[in-house]
Amino acid sequence: MLLRLDAVQVLSLEPLNLDVDAGECIALSGPSGSGKSRLLRAIADLDPHEGRVWLRGRVCETYPPCEWRSQVGLLPAESGWWADYVGEHFAELPDDAVLSRLGFGPDVMDWQLSRCSTGERQRLALLRLLVKRPQVLLLDEPTASLDPDNTATVETLIAEYLAREAAAAIWVSHDPQQRHRIASRHYNIVGSQLEAVA
Amino acid sequence: MNMILLDYYDLAIAAALVGVLALSSVMLGLGMGRQLVIAALRTAVQLSIVGLILKVLFENLHLGWMTLVAGVMLLAAGREVMQRQQHRFRGAWGYGMGTTSMFLSSFTLTLFALLVIIGNQPWYQPQYAIPLLGMMLGNTMSGIALGLDRLTSSAMAHRTSIEARLMLGHSWSQAISTIRRESMRVGMIPMINAMAAAGLVSLPGMMTGQILAGSPPLEAVKYQILIMFLITAGTGFGTMTAVWLGARRLFDERQRLRLDRLYKKN
Repeated sequence: MLLRLDAVQVLSLEPLNLDVDAGECIALSGPSGSGKSRLLRAIADLDPHEGRVWLRGRVCETYPPCEWRSQVGLLPAESGWWADYVGEHFAELPDDAVLSRLGFGPDVMDWQLSRCSTGERQRLALLRLLVKRPQVLLLDEPTASLDPDNTATVETLIAEYLAREAAAAIWVSHDPQQRHRIASRHYNIVGSQLEAVA
Repeated sequence: MNMILLDYYDLAIAAALVGVLALSSVMLGLGMGRQLVIAALRTAVQLSIVGLILKVLFENLHLGWMTLVAGVMLLAAGREVMQRQQHRFRGAWGYGMGTTSMFLSSFTLTLFALLVIIGNQPWYQPQYAIPLLGMMLGNTMSGIALGLDRLTSSAMAHRTSIEARLMLGHSWSQAISTIRRESMRVGMIPMINAMAAAGLVSLPGMMTGQILAGSPPLEAVKYQILIMFLITAGTGFGTMTAVWLGARRLFDERQRLRLDRLYKKN
């Protein structure tokens, strides 16, 4: 068991339990405001919350906060940038091959953020997270502002990453076809319940 | 040379000038007349009370009285720091952070100046201690207020980018580093400007006062330089302490950004 949620409770949702294996991708859906993003923030330990989250048999509170969030990487719907140039946000430079698959040249690291579009930022934010090699990916609509080609590339990249690193993902998606493509299991938030979708 | 004493007739003439200004403000519809008169009255009343207190204090030299007056000054300055914040920390922190920082910097440095540099007997002689502490607190207060205000308003505005760093495994200290540095700078700039402009643009108030009271200009200059250096050190260390404490308080023990610890001034 890679990731375990034990009675984790956010907003008005019922406490929820969930086990995620290495290599697994779980799709999560639900109406907006139902607590999907808040749930991901709680798992990344960014908000105070009820319940416990375990990674590889160790409970969150026993990890130093920075190490936890390095291991359990959250990609929020709106990416944040703190410096002027793209390269300053990367702990280590991604492969040129990966960059070009996402439509960037190596010079992208010298770009100013103010000239990047929303879609470019979304792809760069994913790369920025992946070079840190987290064990769990918490993805909040990672392809929301991407065109179909880039969406397909991102889906493949993430699937490859999960297989290569034996990592797991929880992927919030509003697109039923995408959920079908990426995930082995699907949960939907109905009211205050998390329901498994067959 | 003896100081020329002012009588109440002299003050009345100056007060009449403010009165004329208030009247003009009313006629021009600036809406400042009332505020002006109230502020002028407050100046007169507050300074008279301080004068009386100082008079009593000078005649009854006692460490206990000095401590009491210094304590009241500190608490008033702490309240002023809080009043100037758009976003304030909840609970005792809102008041305690600025007050503690001022205590650590202004009090320690004033004490140091009295004991080591000026070295008068006894060291708590109010003619030296009260004005010195007053100037230290007044300036440190502004620096801390500016620094903390910048810190909290930037944290509110840049929540996304601070949390982006946390999500990538940065520590709280890295995540807030840019904002913290900027806030410390903002708190210290006025003092650096004051030092750079001293004598060229403005004749500092204390020096003016000493010269008016008949001190030789070069002696007044020496005191003014001492005060400027003390104030700079006090403001600098006070601002650093307050901003550091404030930045720490924005995060909890799990290094989460806790903007819910702030509330907006009504």
